[in-house]
Amino acid sequence: MNMPVLQTSIAASAPIESTGASVVSLPTVKPSYLTTRIVPKLKNAAANVLPPIIMLALILGVWQLLCMKPGATLPAPTKIWAEAKDLILDPFFVAGPQDIGLGWRVLVSLQRVAIGYGLAGIIGIMLGTIIGQSVWAMRGLDPIFQVLRTISPLAWLPISLAAFRDSQPSAIFVIFITSVWPIIINTAVGIRNIPQDYRNVAAVVRLNHLEFFWKIMIPSAAPYIFTGLRIGIGLSWLAIVAAEMLTGGVGIGFFIWDAWNSSRLSDIVVALVYIGMIGFILDRIVAFVANIVTRGTAAS
Amino acid sequence: MTAYLKLDHIDKVFTRGNSSTEVLKDINLTVDKGEYISIIGHSGCGKSTLLNIVAGLTTATQGGVLLENREVNEPGPDRAVVFQNHSLLPWLTVYDNVKLGVDKVFARTKSRAERDEWVLYNLNLVQMTHAKDKRPSEISGGMKQRVGIARALAMEPKVLLLDEPFGALDALTRAHLQDSVMALHQKLGNTIMMITHDVDEAVLLSDRIVMMTNGPSARIGEVLDVPLARPRKRLELASNATYLKCRQRVLEFLYERHRFVEAA
Repeated sequence: MNMPVLQTSIAASAPIESTGASVVSLPTVKPSYLTTRIVPKLKNAAANVLPPIIMLALILGVWQLLCMKPGATLPAPTKIWAEAKDLILDPFFVAGPQDIGLGWRVLVSLQRVAIGYGLAGIIGIMLGTIIGQSVWAMRGLDPIFQVLRTISPLAWLPISLAAFRDSQPSAIFVIFITSVWPIIINTAVGIRNIPQDYRNVAAVVRLNHLEFFWKIMIPSAAPYIFTGLRIGIGLSWLAIVAAEMLTGGVGIGFFIWDAWNSSRLSDIVVALVYIGMIGFILDRIVAFVANIVTRGTAAS
Repeated sequence: MTAYLKLDHIDKVFTRGNSSTEVLKDINLTVDKGEYISIIGHSGCGKSTLLNIVAGLTTATQGGVLLENREVNEPGPDRAVVFQNHSLLPWLTVYDNVKLGVDKVFARTKSRAERDEWVLYNLNLVQMTHAKDKRPSEISGGMKQRVGIARALAMEPKVLLLDEPFGALDALTRAHLQDSVMALHQKLGNTIMMITHDVDEAVLLSDRIVMMTNGPSARIGEVLDVPLARPRKRLELASNATYLKCRQRVLEFLYERHRFVEAA
């Protein structure tokens, strides 16, 4: 316990007393790069990566045991691997007009989500701003939105098919209508929570409406808006699968429906894993963007 | 008689549902150009409401505010406010916070380069140039308030309104900032109206102190001239007879004649 104190006091007083005392170099243990940097990082990574891997192995093991019997209704992991190896290993193969890798199908679905979700983002933020800003717009629209947002994506599908008479815009509409509500509601809450101080500053500086929107409202409400956007992306990914199952075409949702009709259960399981992974990645991307954009506001 | 800033028979009644509270009653005050005036009173006496009326953030129920003989009833950069809690926008840097006002006020009269120079000049006035690229969350409370002052000064207001500007600061920082504001007032000759509840601060900084009676229906109880020569030095004033007498007058007003009646 005494040693470090002694060392520091010597080190501190050495530059002051330049009376010719020779510098005694203490034997320092040179910490190697390996022990100070790499080992802790590895430990840290292992602590984060190992538990999910172990759990995954356990789940797969139990699954294998349950589905190994001859009369099992669902395929065991080994059977899936044997039957759907091509789907797992190569997401981007093209073997024919309807026989393409899951990567391509996911990309088609993502394109639909991008359009529907993009529209939901723009319109949701605009409507949310109006509702947050105007008491009368809120009183008029909020009850309607609260009812509409509880309607399942699938319930919108017949209506949109009737309206658009085509599967592509219908699927996009279903995505839009599913993901727009949380964006509207969260934006409205964010706008309503803009501190009066900021409004006063804007009033004294005499910002006009457009400047107020871009310079005060959007940055101030950004954390709320991104909460809405993050819920929205999750919902739209939920909706796309359902919508594609019914409208047909190329997407990942239709693939599941098609596989079910031709009893390819293994393919369905692989597709489920794909959907889960993509949904996770989408959520992370929005969270990452939110993190960058709201850095200033979150730090206050 | 033309006054620079004139508060003319201001009444303010807050109405909520059926009940209404009269906050301010018949406030009359004239302020000369370049004058430093403080408004002091117990909390809840409506002094902040009065400042908001002058700033245009609240409208008076009766009466009005005249600035250079023109009625003002909406907020504007000619009556820039330094808010108690600094109110800097947390997503903008110190520089951008000041620039927000400058870009708006001098959009036509100054070029881009001149505006940039003007922002830096004002940051330099409050000695905050070193932190111009920092965000408000990265600087101390006193520094934030300095930036708030720079933002207000940079709009070249006709009247600078200070709403308890030092209220949230510790005593040492507060003294330091008071000296800065005094020096700025000396240098730029702004007309300043300050809300405070600190007797020493009021006497040290002001040319005149407006003492408000307790609300509801607060009025101006007394206006005290502070005949102390400028520049004023904090340490020398501590034993100055005039200073002590002024201080005594304000204390008597606040603690004897208009003692704060605690509601709860």
